[in-house]
Amino acid sequence: MKNIRIALVVLAGLLAAGHALPAAAVLTIEITQGIDGGMPIAIVPFGVTGKERPPVDIASVINADLARSGRFTPLDKKTFVAQPVEDRQVVFKDWRIAKAEALVIGNIKPAGAGRWQIEYRLYDIYKETQLAGYSYTETGDRLRLVAHQISDLIYEKLTGERGVFSTRIAYVTRERTPKGFSYKLQVADADGYNPLTLLPSSGLLHEPIMSPAWSPDGTRLAYVSFEARRPILYVQNVIVGSRTRVAEFNGINSAPAWSPDGTRLALTLSRDGNPEIYVMQLSDNVLTRLTNHPAIDTEPSWSPDGRELVFTSDRSGKPQIYRMRADGSDVQRVTFEGEYNARASFAADGKSLTLVSGAKGNYHVSLYQFSNATLQALTDTPLDESPSFAPNGRLILYATERGGRGVLASVSSDGRVRQTLKLQEGDVREPVWSPYNRPSPTKE
Amino acid sequence: MLRKELLLLTAVAALVLGGCAGGEATKPSVEDKSVGTPETAGTGTPEGAKGKPLEAKADPLSKRRVYFSFDSSSVDDENRAIVEAHAAHLAANKSIKVTLEGHADERGTREYNLALGERRAQAVARMFKVLGVSADRIKTVSYGEEKPVALDHSESAWSLNRRVEILY
Repeated sequence: MKNIRIALVVLAGLLAAGHALPAAAVLTIEITQGIDGGMPIAIVPFGVTGKERPPVDIASVINADLARSGRFTPLDKKTFVAQPVEDRQVVFKDWRIAKAEALVIGNIKPAGAGRWQIEYRLYDIYKETQLAGYSYTETGDRLRLVAHQISDLIYEKLTGERGVFSTRIAYVTRERTPKGFSYKLQVADADGYNPLTLLPSSGLLHEPIMSPAWSPDGTRLAYVSFEARRPILYVQNVIVGSRTRVAEFNGINSAPAWSPDGTRLALTLSRDGNPEIYVMQLSDNVLTRLTNHPAIDTEPSWSPDGRELVFTSDRSGKPQIYRMRADGSDVQRVTFEGEYNARASFAADGKSLTLVSGAKGNYHVSLYQFSNATLQALTDTPLDESPSFAPNGRLILYATERGGRGVLASVSSDGRVRQTLKLQEGDVREPVWSPYNRPSPTKE
Repeated sequence: MLRKELLLLTAVAALVLGGCAGGEATKPSVEDKSVGTPETAGTGTPEGAKGKPLEAKADPLSKRRVYFSFDSSSVDDENRAIVEAHAAHLAANKSIKVTLEGHADERGTREYNLALGERRAQAVARMFKVLGVSADRIKTVSYGEEKPVALDHSESAWSLNRRVEILY
């Protein structure tokens, strides 16, 4: 039974992924809080021309995306009095009565050679105007990406901020096998679909993987693997799969963080006997040591302007967050509240940090605001870790534990909307959100 | 909803295709004869067996794990006895090389715990050196919180996971 279940999810992954890389189990999303209260939006099922059914229901992907953001409340399509699929069929009054503030319509038709033509339009119901309208021609395996890009444009037109629906997440999975746990480094769409395994490329890896970190252009991942029975730092090209060992000194090689310009990697090395933060110039692998303290110094993260880093140090006796200039000078303590503050990373605007705060058995994701030096808990589950901001700063993705299993969860930065992403089997951990950049479908 | 349909469809496909779905997960697992083998039963000895109490041998060399308090790398007296016994054995047997593997419990962050595991392994290594084991025979490695021996999320599990393993 177990084998059938595994085969099932592997096959589901294969179908979704189009065989590009070894496929993997799909994460499923459940919104646990904050479905109501967003802008009411009507997303009409897209019209389909011809007998062939498109492989993706674009309207329902858009619906799920916008609902997950917490900024929108998609209206129930059963209450729609009309089903417009083209511009000339839209009657604004119908949608005012339905209390929709925005309307999305569209249609899809075969364009030959496995391609589909998709058109969509977004309307402001009160102003009675079209806010956006695009046409795309793409192959069937890219229709989910088209749907996510439509969601991104709708989100941006209506909120003024970029959407993150077409970005990806990287994470580490752990599964039980007869020979002990096996580990995988995977990348999936932000909604958990299209999971691909970057490591191992085949077979099973029975040593842990940790600390994945995206390069700013989204083409590479730095991570730590124990496959050589000690923590060694690698950088892997996400597109072609090739990788290099960037740090394999004595002691620990860990906590990689890319500089915003992608030319340097901050990392933690204990090659001189004690964990210290270094910066490696990636063009020539030259190291510069930034910290010099007998305490543990680790978990560096760059400010978006690249001028500063925050890091974790227990130089006060307990782990707390510190900041320093990018050359290691001017070290200042940031957090003073609570017994344990660690693994901070910046929001894209540089105005806040997300970090792990806790004491004894309780570790929450929290938000530190520089403007008023306040630390606010965003979660209330006991074993939360590895928080990272979505590139638009609106959501924080983290790892937690539910029913004895490792799952991913996200919370909006205002704490209002929560959701979990979990695997059918095994644990998932160390999520990290990709930057915006990724190949885009052609717009016509 | 589409997702459920997809899964149902793939379930059917998986059943039809059998083991040819490809990928590592479909390899047959190791056959475990202990599962599913019916156990036999007998009535046992009619009278109770006469047992002799065994004294605990308390050989500290039989213990290869040194335990720590939360966020600490100091070795208490009970654990010090284990470290000292191994150090004495290693000092007397100069051909043996030892690996000290440091671990942390799952609480707190992974990278900090990796550093904490190393600090624990180094604390035991320092004791070994003071007790006459030369540095070139000692290797330390940290696994942080990545390799727990107890998988529960409780203090009893955490106390077992905060450890240094003395391996030789």
